[in-house]
Amino acid sequence: MFPYIIKRLLQSIPTLLIVITLSFFLMRLAPGGPFDGERKLPPEIEANLLAAYNMDQPLFMQFVDYLGGIAQGDFGPSFKYKDFSVSDLIWSGFPVSLELGMWAMLLAVILGVLIGCYAALHQNTRWDYLMMGGAMAGIAIPNFVMAPILTLVFGVYLSWLPVGGWNDGALSNKVLPILALALPQIAYIARMTRGSMIEVLGSHFIRTAKAKGLTATKVIQKHALKAALLPVVSYLGPATAGIITGSVVIEQIFGIPGIGRYFVQAALNRDYTLVMGTVVFYGGLIILFNLVVDIIYGLLDPQIRYEN
Amino acid sequence: MTKKIKHPTWRKALTAVSAACLMGIAAHSTADTLHRGIGGEPGTLDPNLVSGNWEDMVVGDLFMGLVTEGADGINIPGAAESWSLSEDGKVYTFKLRKQAKWSDGKPVTAADFVFGIQRILDPKTAAKYAYILYPIANAEALNKGTMSGMDNLGVKALDDYTLEMTLKAPTPYFIEQLNHYTSFPLPKHVVEKYGSDWVKPGKMVSNGAYKLTEWLPQTHIKADKNEYFFDARNVSIDTVQYYPTEDRPAALKRFRAGELDVNYEFPIDQYKWLKENMKDQAIVAPQLGTYYYPINTRDEKFKDVRIRKALSMAINREVITDKVLKTGEVPAYSFVPPGVGRYQIQEADFKALSQKDRLKEARKLMEAAGFSKSNPLTLQLRYNTHDAHKKIAVAVAAMWKQIHVKAELFNSEVAVHYADLKEGNFEIARAGWLGDYPDAQNFLSLLEATPNNYGGYRNDEFQKLMDQAAVTLDGDARLKLMQKAERIAMDEYATIPIYYYVSTNLVANHVKGWQPNVIDVHRTRWMSLER
Repeated sequence: MFPYIIKRLLQSIPTLLIVITLSFFLMRLAPGGPFDGERKLPPEIEANLLAAYNMDQPLFMQFVDYLGGIAQGDFGPSFKYKDFSVSDLIWSGFPVSLELGMWAMLLAVILGVLIGCYAALHQNTRWDYLMMGGAMAGIAIPNFVMAPILTLVFGVYLSWLPVGGWNDGALSNKVLPILALALPQIAYIARMTRGSMIEVLGSHFIRTAKAKGLTATKVIQKHALKAALLPVVSYLGPATAGIITGSVVIEQIFGIPGIGRYFVQAALNRDYTLVMGTVVFYGGLIILFNLVVDIIYGLLDPQIRYEN
Repeated sequence: MTKKIKHPTWRKALTAVSAACLMGIAAHSTADTLHRGIGGEPGTLDPNLVSGNWEDMVVGDLFMGLVTEGADGINIPGAAESWSLSEDGKVYTFKLRKQAKWSDGKPVTAADFVFGIQRILDPKTAAKYAYILYPIANAEALNKGTMSGMDNLGVKALDDYTLEMTLKAPTPYFIEQLNHYTSFPLPKHVVEKYGSDWVKPGKMVSNGAYKLTEWLPQTHIKADKNEYFFDARNVSIDTVQYYPTEDRPAALKRFRAGELDVNYEFPIDQYKWLKENMKDQAIVAPQLGTYYYPINTRDEKFKDVRIRKALSMAINREVITDKVLKTGEVPAYSFVPPGVGRYQIQEADFKALSQKDRLKEARKLMEAAGFSKSNPLTLQLRYNTHDAHKKIAVAVAAMWKQIHVKAELFNSEVAVHYADLKEGNFEIARAGWLGDYPDAQNFLSLLEATPNNYGGYRNDEFQKLMDQAAVTLDGDARLKLMQKAERIAMDEYATIPIYYYVSTNLVANHVKGWQPNVIDVHRTRWMSLER
């Protein structure tokens, strides 16, 4: 398996390079620049700014410089957050997003799989309809509706939990954001598990297992669940990469210092270096998680082998 | 031994969680901490580089200029005790407070002011707002790089406590803008030691009522009272925590839950609820600013003054403020907003007419200019992404329809919007201006040959009056000249003023000393908490 991993990692280099090149030039094609604001700057001051950020060079040279910087792990200074470098911003925000995302994902997998299995085993009963109805609602209600409702109920009316803020990562400040992040994921995973579980339960190898006289619990634990989880696992790869890089909605509503907001704000501010930094970072994570998913796949499904 | 500890990771996690909880509780509010929502995450705390009012809320607590804002927003002596002006109106001599100290105990000297101003004008600093200081002799040339040698700058330290500023021409509003962060002193000994890192907590020292102690990006900035501040005994609040409250509805909830004591702005669509439920805590006050539509006067379409007049007349400003915005904005009939000292604003001549008569007159003007229902004037109205801008543009387009104008709305995000305005690539667009200092010149300069004259308005007589005002030392005579100039611009319908801005703030009942004012600047040193 080790050579396979090495091979996949090497393959990711050209992929990342293409991502970097495309986003670099596409971003520069977008009208407006980092120094366009409500007030027009005198041309001389704009020239000072362009020189300070190396933007007075031809575009291609800037690209070459940028690649050189990345090769040394330097993503440059942020245009908007001048007192921090892009790496500072990513590394101060990422642990927060990672922590929230991991908890949310854990919660989502446990609850989602449990609900999904339960619904599949009690197919077309009242419980099945109730749970799947709930899951449908969980998918349909967007975060920017759910999160304010949660804060209003638990923060303002009941005063059980803080409405927002990070407060150095106090547990009480994390509960609502984790819940808000997890809810739609629980719903997705539950629906997916139910669907694939029903399919698997009808397949030949389950019939064989039953015929061998295994108990129902054993059939599900040993055979059905493993197979039913395959689509969930392939969903988890990109979903985890997405959720641990934060959510602009959740971060803004709860006032959380993650990196999710940078994806949107950096683009709106034309903060070129920060846009590139987040794109490269996110791209790298997606590649990594897809690799992890492929490895887990092999562990779950004996039909998959890591050969050429 | 290994047997004893069965789940070391679990233990660790539990300990970490409980420690985090305890820390959380410990860090939470005490009676002498003010929790202040500032509306955005500061891009920097370097006074030479800041450019937004949310940054000024922090930087203005940390530093203090030669003059500074009182609780009512009116300037009072700051780091300077007193000053005098030479007879020709060009040389200011400031006497600095001898008891003024940096937060590390070192004295604040005239050299620190010279250093700060030299640094902001250095082209390498690439300061956006350096041009505010262009009235100083040679400042412009040094900043533009056409002159070198900061010794040529008209700012000199005569001794430790005497600062001399020489201007290139008399500039009556100059003293008003010395409260601005562009002319704050910088601690030379610290900046030279740490370079650009001097703004980091633990390194930064400041001369204002507070000193920076913590900055967690996107979380909060913490500042403690500066014991060396010359007026420290009258500063009541010991600690301020500033929060980047970008999401207004979320900030309102945090305010209601008692997590914030003060917040800059509130969601305007909740004003009705706020008025009914927490009237005395949602504060709306007139602000020094005008929301207006520049007309691109370079465009052939708008060269005819009748068309400009008709477009301005047909807009029912009262409907926009009372029905669309509903947050207490005031309909604007002049370009300069009210509230700038003794300046008398010059309102459009049609203000006295009823809206019905205005419409009738506007339609007549359009018809005289050759337009009719079947042959309408088509134009593009641009606005940047914002709910209120959109609502206003839709309302205005509907109003214009009644005078044979077919307006196509064009929306773009803010960076694109202003890039196009800058290029003159628009017909009519949305813009706004909040005064940098309370002087009519700050607004009227937007119609002079300056970079922010989006519409490209030109009028020789207007320019002559403004040039004359710029060198007139007598206050009343200068006001008269500027009033005359605004009269010309209003009679030519150079732009379409729509409303005067109001500031909106949430201020909890237990916060005392907070005064609404036209510049919407509220330094924490004037506030206190009475719970």
